[in-house]
Parts: sequence; structure tokens; C-alpha cells
Amino acid sequence: MSKLNVEGLNFHYGSKQVIKDISFSISEGEFVSILGPSGCGKSTLLNLLAGILKPDSGEIRIDGTQVRGMSKHFAYMPQKDLLLPWKTILDNVCLYGEIHKKKQEMKKYALEQMKRFGLEGYENSYPDELSGGMKQRAAFLRTTLCEADIYLLDEPFGALDVITRGDMQDWLRQISTDLKKSTLLVTHDTDEAIYLSDRILILGKPGEGIRKEIVIEERDRDRDWLYRQGEMRAEIYRIIKQGDK
Amino acid sequence: MKDKLRKAAPALMIVALLFFWEMVVRLFQVPMYVLPAPSSVVSALFHNIPDYLYHSGTTVMEALVGMAISLVIGVMIGIIMDAFPLVRDCLYPVLVVSQTVPVIVLTPIFIIYLGFGYAPKILTVVLMCFFPIVVNFCDGLGTIDPGYENLVRTYGGSPWQMYRIVKLPSAMISLLSGMKVAATYSISGAVVGEWIASQSGLGYYLIRAKNNYLMDKVFACVLMIILLSLFMNWLVKLFAYLVLPMNRRKK
Repeated sequence: MSKLNVEGLNFHYGSKQVIKDISFSISEGEFVSILGPSGCGKSTLLNLLAGILKPDSGEIRIDGTQVRGMSKHFAYMPQKDLLLPWKTILDNVCLYGEIHKKKQEMKKYALEQMKRFGLEGYENSYPDELSGGMKQRAAFLRTTLCEADIYLLDEPFGALDVITRGDMQDWLRQISTDLKKSTLLVTHDTDEAIYLSDRILILGKPGEGIRKEIVIEERDRDRDWLYRQGEMRAEIYRIIKQGDK
Repeated sequence: MKDKLRKAAPALMIVALLFFWEMVVRLFQVPMYVLPAPSSVVSALFHNIPDYLYHSGTTVMEALVGMAISLVIGVMIGIIMDAFPLVRDCLYPVLVVSQTVPVIVLTPIFIIYLGFGYAPKILTVVLMCFFPIVVNFCDGLGTIDPGYENLVRTYGGSPWQMYRIVKLPSAMISLLSGMKVAATYSISGAVVGEWIASQSGLGYYLIRAKNNYLMDKVFACVLMIILLSLFMNWLVKLFAYLVLPMNRRKK
């Protein structure tokens, strides 16, 4: 059975139908990327799942149960790190614990996780002392501490420089195979999608829906493997550009 | 060497001005009731230091109480205005227009209403300090990245937690800059209140010295008012240091 099931989702901004009849599902532990031209409604789709926006119609089901609005099943990570500048990194990553009154036990667990997230020794630093990549890793650690089943990542590395982004992708590839959580990644970076995903959903123009679905079987990936995927990259590019006149 | 000169420049400028002032008064033998020399101002201050300290005490007390009241009311109204946009739309223009009324014309009215005690002086301070505090704080609350709001909401946070965890701390910097402006106003507000009718305070002492043409004492009062305003400003800085933990770390 699939973990997340989205059926016939519709949403409009004003008179513009941004999301039209979108259906897809994600199975337990699967990493799915959503690719598409800018303005195609990628981020809107994620906001609908996170409950920040309300769909006009359609159903979102987790383990077969319908969810509405904000749900503890989703952990949402936006593009900006949104770390609170007056809190230490440790306090920042424990935000979920602070809200749900279990900060102390979460702190203990967070400290154990610091090394894995490359933040060892920075527990008591403030966000402005960290590099862009480290801030993003801290934001991701905060997301993983949400006790949620599904991660929603909205262009998490979009604001980083190319080199740091590459490092972060290597790191995320490593860590997501360890975490085995169902993940939905929104990105405009084709390589990022190919490198990280089990499946790629390509969205068409606003209101068009899902144009194509690409399954990537290869488990044992590295950068060299990624560089050899020229054909897949070209195909994805062609699909995105389809009907662009 | 050049850097040191740069840093010392403002102090040197003030020393040069004071020196020029002193020279002019001595050379042209300007009478004391017209313009006292800086040296006689300082000597007036030191010869009457118990008086100045006593009256400063009254003024600082009024300023501090006024600031505290402004802070409490300002933060409360700021939060209400932020939480209810309708209240903000109604209240904000009224607040702005209220600032165009010079406080000095209101103070005599307060004395009629509230008598000759500390109350009318404190109210004058409140009227001068409240506006910069509430406006800065409210703007601070309003300019927070909505991403933070969404983050706390998706994490299941309540509206109260939103204020406690995100909004109040991030508006703290704007609140403090409002308080810095208010701190310099607070002493002037108290002095204006004391001018009209009082038995103590720097404003009272200043009027009394003026009526006797003791210009050295009047200038000493001005000097004292400057020092007290700087002191209030320093108090806000101390407060900022205590409430903003990220300013406290070792560099």
C-alpha cells in the first residue's frame, strides 16, 4: 500500500487554475522529485500538502486515512533556512520539541545527530556563524526531528552556490538512504532530481497536471554515474520544453 | 596614527569649541547673565552638586516611571494592533495625528486635571515616549518573513506560541530602537512637565535659576539634562544586552 495518496487535487489563485486534477502516490521510504518549469505550481503543490494552502477539491490520504489542513504526518522544509537568529543551533533544531513541550528529550537526541548532519561543535553557535550549507543542514535536521512520516522539501538547496549544492546533494543522498523516509522534493535542478530520486514527476504548465513519470532503478549511484545520464537529462529537458512555442 | 586621529576627531572638535567659547567670554568680558564660560558652568555644577543630584533624582524617577508605563502600554497595544488588522487600521492614523499636538500645550491641562504632583509630569513623559515605542514595535511585528509563520504553523504551533517563539523576539530589535528614541525624549518630557508647575526636578531648578539670571546654573542644568539623556540611552543599551542573547556571546 502506498504511504501517501493524492487524488484529483485542484487549486486556483484568483482566476488561474494552478493545480488541476493532480493525482500521484508515494510508497513507504520512496524518494520522489517534482520537476517542472518555473511557475508550474510545484511549490503550490507542496504548500497544499503541508496544509499552508487549502485545496479547492481533491483528497490527500496517508496510510489510507484522509488528512485535512496541517498534519503532523508532514515535515515541511522551505527553501530559506528560516533559522531563528537569536537561538543557538541546538535550540533551533529543537523547535518542534519546544512547540510540543518535549524539548529536553529532543535535545538529547539532537546532540547525538549533530555529527551525522555535519554540525558537530556548532551546537551552541548562532546561525550567522554558519555557512550557507551548514544552515541548510541545520534546517534539515530540524525537519527530521519533526516526528513526521513524510518530508516535503521545497528547493532546499536552491539558494546555495553550485559547489556547496553538490556537496549537499551527496550528503542528502547518503542520509536519505539511511533515514528511509518517504520524501517529496521540489526542484528545478534536473541533475539533483536524477541523482536523488527513485521516481521523478514532471509537471507541465500551470493547470496541465503531471506530464510524465520517470522511474530510476539504479540504487548504486555516485557522481560518475550521474555524469553518464546524459540521455535521461536530455529526455527530461525535452519533456519540460514540450509544447513550448 | 591616522586611525587614532579619526577616532579622536569628535572629542577634539568638542574640546576646540569649548576652548573657543571660553576664550570669547574671557577676551570680551561677556557678563555672566548673558553667557557664562564653560569653566563657570562646570564650577556651578560642582559647587551645587547636592542640589543637582537631588533634582536629577526627581527627573530621572519621572522619566523611568514614564518609560516603564509607555513600554507596557506600547507592547500591549502593539500586539493587539498586530493581531487584529482592523484595530491597526483604526488606531494607527489616530496615533500619527496625535503626535502633531505639541505636548507642551497639553501639560498645563494635565496639571489642571491631575494636580501638582508627579502624575502630570509622568503623563507628559508617557505621551512623548509611547509613540516611538508603539510604532517601532508594531512595524517590527509586521515585517517578519511570513515563512516563519508558516513554519511554526506546520509544526503545529498555536498563535500564542507564534508570538512567544517567533514574533516577539524578532520584533525586539525594532522595539529597542523605539526605546532608544523614547529614552532621549523621556528626560525632556519630564523637564517640560516640571517647568509648568512643580516643587522639585531639573525643570523646576532651571526655571528658578533663570528667574534669578543665574545663567551658569541654567547652563549647568542643560549639561545635566544632556548627561541624564545619555544615561537613559545607556540604560536601554544595557537592557538590550540583557534581553538579546546573541549580543552576549564572546567575539
